[in-house]
Amino acid sequence: MIELIDIHKSFEGKPVLRGVNLRVEKGESVVVIGGSGSGKSVLLKHIIGLLKPDKGQVLVNSTDLLQLDEDGLNEMRKKFGMLFQSAALFDSMPVWENVGFGLKRHTALHDREIKEIAVQKLKMVGLVGIEDLMPSELSGGMRKRVGLARAIAMEPEILLYDEPTTGLDPIMADAINDLIIKMREKLNVTSVAITHDMKSAYKIADTIAMLYNGVIISRGAPEEIINTQDPAVRQFVEGRAEGPIIIEGVNK
Amino acid sequence: MLVKLIERFGAAVEKPVEGVGRCVLLLFSSLKLIFKPPLETRNIFGQMLEIGVNSLPVVLITAVFTGMVLALQSYTGFKRFGAEGLVGSVVALSMTRELGPVLSALIVTGRAGGAMAAELGTMRVTEQIDALETLATNPVKYLVVPRLLSGTIMLPALAIVTDIIGIMGGYFVTVMLLGASSKAYLRATWDFLEMEDIYNGLIKACVFGAAFSLISCYKGFYTKGGAEGVGRATTGAVVMSSMTILISDYFLSAWLFK
Repeated sequence: MIELIDIHKSFEGKPVLRGVNLRVEKGESVVVIGGSGSGKSVLLKHIIGLLKPDKGQVLVNSTDLLQLDEDGLNEMRKKFGMLFQSAALFDSMPVWENVGFGLKRHTALHDREIKEIAVQKLKMVGLVGIEDLMPSELSGGMRKRVGLARAIAMEPEILLYDEPTTGLDPIMADAINDLIIKMREKLNVTSVAITHDMKSAYKIADTIAMLYNGVIISRGAPEEIINTQDPAVRQFVEGRAEGPIIIEGVNK
Repeated sequence: MLVKLIERFGAAVEKPVEGVGRCVLLLFSSLKLIFKPPLETRNIFGQMLEIGVNSLPVVLITAVFTGMVLALQSYTGFKRFGAEGLVGSVVALSMTRELGPVLSALIVTGRAGGAMAAELGTMRVTEQIDALETLATNPVKYLVVPRLLSGTIMLPALAIVTDIIGIMGGYFVTVMLLGASSKAYLRATWDFLEMEDIYNGLIKACVFGAAFSLISCYKGFYTKGGAEGVGRATTGAVVMSSMTILISDYFLSAWLFK
């Protein structure tokens, strides 16, 4: 279970999060939606301790991440897998070493065994025969899937997805959505995704939460979000430029 | 008026002072993590290869021509007052005390320091450093410590090579091209050269190695702003490291060679 309590975060005096409260139950799939620059990635980075809040608490399985020392935080991070927007594969190593990176560092397994597990995880995300390629030889969709294989390699309890479908063609985006659902069903993980792709949000979420002006302004099941009367949420899900959400330099 | 002047001065020095502070903090974090397992031997050997072995060709060429030009200039200059016999000493002392450590440090900074900043900078802007953290890996330990150790170990090794090759270059010009006596050159080299000259030169090389690798890692590690930021970090790493090497060279020389 993940709980964000009154999270505030500013960068160089500019507030990005102004009191975010969000609770994710074990096994639940929550998608946080919001415009570009609304602080979604900042929110996600707080959950895994990449950023520390100026104020507030991040609880994972009732443990406050801020109270953990570096070793404690790293132990906690072993429960997580994270898929980055750009996949963030390590350029200097082949695909199988990318996938097996966590296993290599945190288990006593030999390279041969790690490679076997990596091949198996790659197969789970629909990639076969690419384990010896370098990340630079992969397409965008393949990189995302390798990133997903790396995220699940340590069999995490919690999966975090940062804009999982951004930059992909619609077919590949849908394939990634299917994979996210498959991961959840197969591995029974809790997942938090951030996206501005509403099609993806409706497909993978149990719960959708909208981040606007540094706070969660609405939260509900996908059908509740579709039928919401909140004008900001309506504007966002309908993708209209006119409305209460002001885009600098576009809206007057 | 005075308050405004102080304010302006404060604003101008705030960023550089903050940079130095963060660089020192990075050094302390790295020192704290050196002996913490795992020892990152694969990364350390990889970096030693990159910094030391792969820099050898350019270091060798620079060293031989520096020794040669030093001998040529000394010989023609000293000839005016009949002191050609001291060329061997001048070349040996200049190479071991000064040129060996400083030249190898400047060359490695341009080659490996720039590459370090660019690599870590790219890793930062493409979220690879964040990915390391999510995989429960301390990026300072995984990325900075091996580079810092390798720079500190490999630069003295390169300085020794530079010393030897530079002296050989001087020998070639003085004896083979200018026709001086081989025996006299070698005697002049050994008579005035003390082990202290070599040791102190190597201590300087150690400090330069630590300085360039720390500064390059710092610049890369805290890169901001995409491709442009990586370019800025790379240039900044080379400029700042070179300046640090040259400035610290004076103070180290004043301290070591009393």
